[in-house]
Amino acid sequence: MIEVQGLTKKFGHTVAVDNLHFSVKKGEILGFLGPNGAGKTTTMRVITGYMPPTSGNVSVAGFNVMQDPLEVKKRVGYLPETPPLYTDMRVDEMLEFAGRIKGVEKSDLQQRMEEVAEKTAITDVRKKIVGHLSKGYRQRVGLAVALINSPDILVLDEPTAGLDPKQIIETRKLILSLAGEHTIILSTHILPEAANTCHRVMIINNGRLVAEDTPENLTARLQGFDTLRLVVDGPQAEIQEKVSSMDGIREVAASVTHDGKVELSVQMSHGKDLRREIARAVVESGWGLMELRPLGMSLEDIFLQLTTKESLEHEMEEAPESPVGSLEQ
Amino acid sequence: MRNVWTITRKELNAYFRSPIAYIVLAVFAIIFGFFFYSVISLFMRQVFEQAQYTVMYGRMYPLNVNEMVIRPLLSNVSVVCLFLVPMITMRLFAEEKKSGTMELLMTAPITDMQIILGKFFAAFILYACLLGITFCYILILFRYGNPDWKPLIAGYLGQLLLGGCFLSFGLLLSTFTKNQLVAGSLTFGLFLMLWILNMASEYASTQVGQIVNYISFTTHIENFSKGVLDLKDTVYYLSVIGLGLFLTARSLESVRWRG
Repeated sequence: MIEVQGLTKKFGHTVAVDNLHFSVKKGEILGFLGPNGAGKTTTMRVITGYMPPTSGNVSVAGFNVMQDPLEVKKRVGYLPETPPLYTDMRVDEMLEFAGRIKGVEKSDLQQRMEEVAEKTAITDVRKKIVGHLSKGYRQRVGLAVALINSPDILVLDEPTAGLDPKQIIETRKLILSLAGEHTIILSTHILPEAANTCHRVMIINNGRLVAEDTPENLTARLQGFDTLRLVVDGPQAEIQEKVSSMDGIREVAASVTHDGKVELSVQMSHGKDLRREIARAVVESGWGLMELRPLGMSLEDIFLQLTTKESLEHEMEEAPESPVGSLEQ
Repeated sequence: MRNVWTITRKELNAYFRSPIAYIVLAVFAIIFGFFFYSVISLFMRQVFEQAQYTVMYGRMYPLNVNEMVIRPLLSNVSVVCLFLVPMITMRLFAEEKKSGTMELLMTAPITDMQIILGKFFAAFILYACLLGITFCYILILFRYGNPDWKPLIAGYLGQLLLGGCFLSFGLLLSTFTKNQLVAGSLTFGLFLMLWILNMASEYASTQVGQIVNYISFTTHIENFSKGVLDLKDTVYYLSVIGLGLFLTARSLESVRWRG
């Protein structure tokens, strides 16, 4: 449905998107994940025909965005980060206007408006002025605007940003219900969202693709090592030596917390669970065991590891060493 | 064409839903009313003087309403428009850029030119409404006098064309920024400069002066307000409008590239 080859977008000397390749199949939900400024919005804007790429080929439903921008735009519904709504219009007027400029036939327009209003659950606010609506409703009206001409492809830029938890869940459900009939690209920097809604996740940082896989695989690929967080009341050097000398420990990093306890991050060899042994060793040495818990690698950790820059290395010390190299494609 | 009309309707709605259209129209009606009053009182005085001469010399010197009332009134219209057109055009693109609705327009299956024309026509219709107000005043003249309507039509056509030039350049300047005030000030500054250039170059004898005088928007209104429909001036205005809209399209394209 969407083919992106060697997409590069520069703004002056800044490279926003750097040689990006990917494709999206029909009916798939693809998630763009990345910190702010990673190039997610720029990529989406190129796909929607809002801006031309500096170089590279982008085709949507078989039409090139540079050569047939109008054909592409007919098939893409776009919801930018701030829903593009005229605040002085009523919801109905907004939908009508969007339907007209998106080429919905006059005879079908009323029916389409009703359908999208129902789908996005805004039927009860249709007579209200957009400017008076809450953020959640505006987001849904924005989605209704994107859906008005039943596009094959939906591009959603941070669809849940700024919503309250209940609205986030509702929006997520809505997106899931739209999958199948629409091919969806959504961007987010909230990881559970990507994990919950997307079939495939692309992690982008500094305009480059860092990793691409299903949310499950991404997590699985990084679970080669089990890591423990250990807080002990006692002398740092001795504790560190004691723990490192145990069998099956790969690496130990220690630091002193602000209240004088020793905090260790312990990496165990794959498949070993040494929590009992470590606890016993600590207690038997007469130190105080304050905390011992496994650090599961969530998508969040992966994301941070893959996208955190070197300038933030002091923060990285707490996190387990990352196998970034193996993920780079 | 359907797309252009959709945009035009949306813009007209926006004008008349916000106070801006009413403010512009009201301000214009008041200012024009004042001009109308003072021109008419001047004219009345001349009529009385003329009547005295007629008695004294026994000869009639007919006074021309078109020349003495309508023409100065219409030339005042273009000056007032200098101040009001920026208020009409400043929001056209700046507001869309600020509120993010530009993204809706630019990802809809319509061309940039359709967007531009739609907005231009909306502004033009509002401007025509302004001229419509002046026409109401002029109608009073028909009630009490006997003005010739042919030069009147030429005069109004000239005003429409001149307004079109102002609007197309106002539209262009509105694409430069997302701040309405900046767009408005730029537009106002440009028009003021053109006006001053025109005044300065009016008596210029150097070639530069003559060129400037030729380029200036307001020079070409002279013939129209005399009631002369000159092809040269009409072509001049239409090409200036075209140039303004063309530059607006280029500017929008650059907005696309820059994001």
